[in-house]
Amino acid sequence: MTSLKIFAAQIRKAELQEFKELGFGHIGGSLSITDTIAALYGEIMHYDPKDPSWDKRDRLVCSKGHAGPAIYATLALKGFFPMDWLMTLNKPGTRLPSHCDRNLTPGIDMTTGSLGQGASTAAGLALALKYDKSESRVYLIMGDGECNEGQVWEMALFAAHKKLGNLIAFIDYNHKQLDGTTDEIMNMGDIGAKFASFDWYVQTIDGSDPDLVAAAVHKAQKEQGDRPAMIVLNTIKGAGVPAVEAIEFNHHITISPEVADEAIAALDKVIGGV
Amino acid sequence: MYKVIYNGDKEKIAMKDAFAAAIEKLIEMDPQVVYLDADLMNSMSTTKVRKKYPERAIDCGIQEANMMGVAAGMSAAGKKPYAHTFGPFASRRCFDQAFLSIGYAKNNVRIIGSDPGVTAAYNGGTHMPFEDVALYRVVPGAAVIDIVDSVQLEDVLIKTKDRQGLTYIRTPRKNSVAVYEAGSEFEVGKANEVKDGTDVTIIAAGIMVAVALEAAAELAKEGISAQVLDMFTIKPLDEAAVIAAAKKTGAIVTAENCNIIGGLGSAVAECLAKNHPAPMRFVGVNDRFGQVGEEGYLRKVYELTPEKIIEMVREVVKLKLQK
Repeated sequence: MTSLKIFAAQIRKAELQEFKELGFGHIGGSLSITDTIAALYGEIMHYDPKDPSWDKRDRLVCSKGHAGPAIYATLALKGFFPMDWLMTLNKPGTRLPSHCDRNLTPGIDMTTGSLGQGASTAAGLALALKYDKSESRVYLIMGDGECNEGQVWEMALFAAHKKLGNLIAFIDYNHKQLDGTTDEIMNMGDIGAKFASFDWYVQTIDGSDPDLVAAAVHKAQKEQGDRPAMIVLNTIKGAGVPAVEAIEFNHHITISPEVADEAIAALDKVIGGV
Repeated sequence: MYKVIYNGDKEKIAMKDAFAAAIEKLIEMDPQVVYLDADLMNSMSTTKVRKKYPERAIDCGIQEANMMGVAAGMSAAGKKPYAHTFGPFASRRCFDQAFLSIGYAKNNVRIIGSDPGVTAAYNGGTHMPFEDVALYRVVPGAAVIDIVDSVQLEDVLIKTKDRQGLTYIRTPRKNSVAVYEAGSEFEVGKANEVKDGTDVTIIAAGIMVAVALEAAAELAKEGISAQVLDMFTIKPLDEAAVIAAAKKTGAIVTAENCNIIGGLGSAVAECLAKNHPAPMRFVGVNDRFGQVGEEGYLRKVYELTPEKIIEMVREVVKLKLQK
């Protein structure tokens, strides 16, 4: 068991505590991206929880903004804010809204939620940092369904044209969007090949292993040159919680305390090394 | 401080050239200023700025939605973006991106929509924004500015450099009628009285300020003394100036180069209804789409003329006297 895998289990546990308290949420897509977030905050990104707006930090734009709960769990574990904030998800006056908000949550770099928009804001961040000769990098997480949006493809052209070699993007290819499988609703085909044809540096990996994700990011940093990099993550919507994985439409679902507790008990075994 | 020099003559400089000069000046005055365009630099005389400052004057290609997001991201990295394209593409084409990535996310971006209303002329209905003012008025915290002439354009571009949030500026590209003396200065959110008067107040914005001044000169001949206010900042509206005008003259006519619904007329009516109801009439585009044609023809078609203002003034003064 590697430290990143344990960190991913800790994040999942904290996510389930958020969802258990609320009783519902964007559970499937928060769980599927968790291993990538573990790699980013556990090994890859430069940041300072005591100074969330440190100007030398790397930026993360989670353009699939509904995965906010996965990031909040991670930020709390890393000390950006107290763990008990997680119990306030979506409650009146909370600083942890359903979708990421840079003005509410310490450590959130961009407001997202209307799909496609985070793609362009990430490109803008990367362009400004590049022209400032900053060493900071920009990481962008998009959903597979999100890639239905035309704005994503505008950004794909733009980022390659502007040679954004400081941008590394991920697609959480869990093969499901709200209404069904991506094959059924809007077939994305070989999405990696599409980005490669836009002159991106592309890798396709198993996105359920944070060590593989970290390795892919290191490889991208070494190989991308002045191209933006894309890492297509083959994932499972609801990953890590079998009861959620088994639900056909698991984009926004309810969760009972029993199901949450059962999943947390299983994760505790991973965390405890049992 | 501003000085009115209106005599009906046009300015010698085209608005697009004044825009290009102001953008170059801004780039030179502040290292954080960037200017973005969506493949319309050549229409805005800014190609030479891009050649001189390729990392500061950035062509985003024909991607208005992406450009608004890029501008938002650059703002989040500390830049002060000015993003230009034609009015319809700077508003309805990318409205959700402007609304969320800039407005809601509290990024600081100036959006410039050129060729407002009938000034889109030969580009026709697809390119003729009558609705941009209404759209940006409903973005919380946004400023909406309708430019009169090149003197105002340059000063407003510079004055809004550090403004927080979304600032929408609509400006013609060709030569405007000269209203202000070179060097005049403007305060965003504050109306300018460009002509004093006692019987009626014409509250105008953009190209309609010169039309209002022309109407006021005609009205003087029939003994009606018209005050003219340049309400170049449609939002936040200078409510104090509107209320003071209603108290002083007791009769209001608005004049705007956009749809009255959601535009300057709506803003003034909301203010008067709440604070100091007074007889009021509206000159502007009356819930119609644009169409192709020479600008003078279009001004007649949409009744953006001194004659229409005079007609409305006569009506409103009559109403006032009946009260």
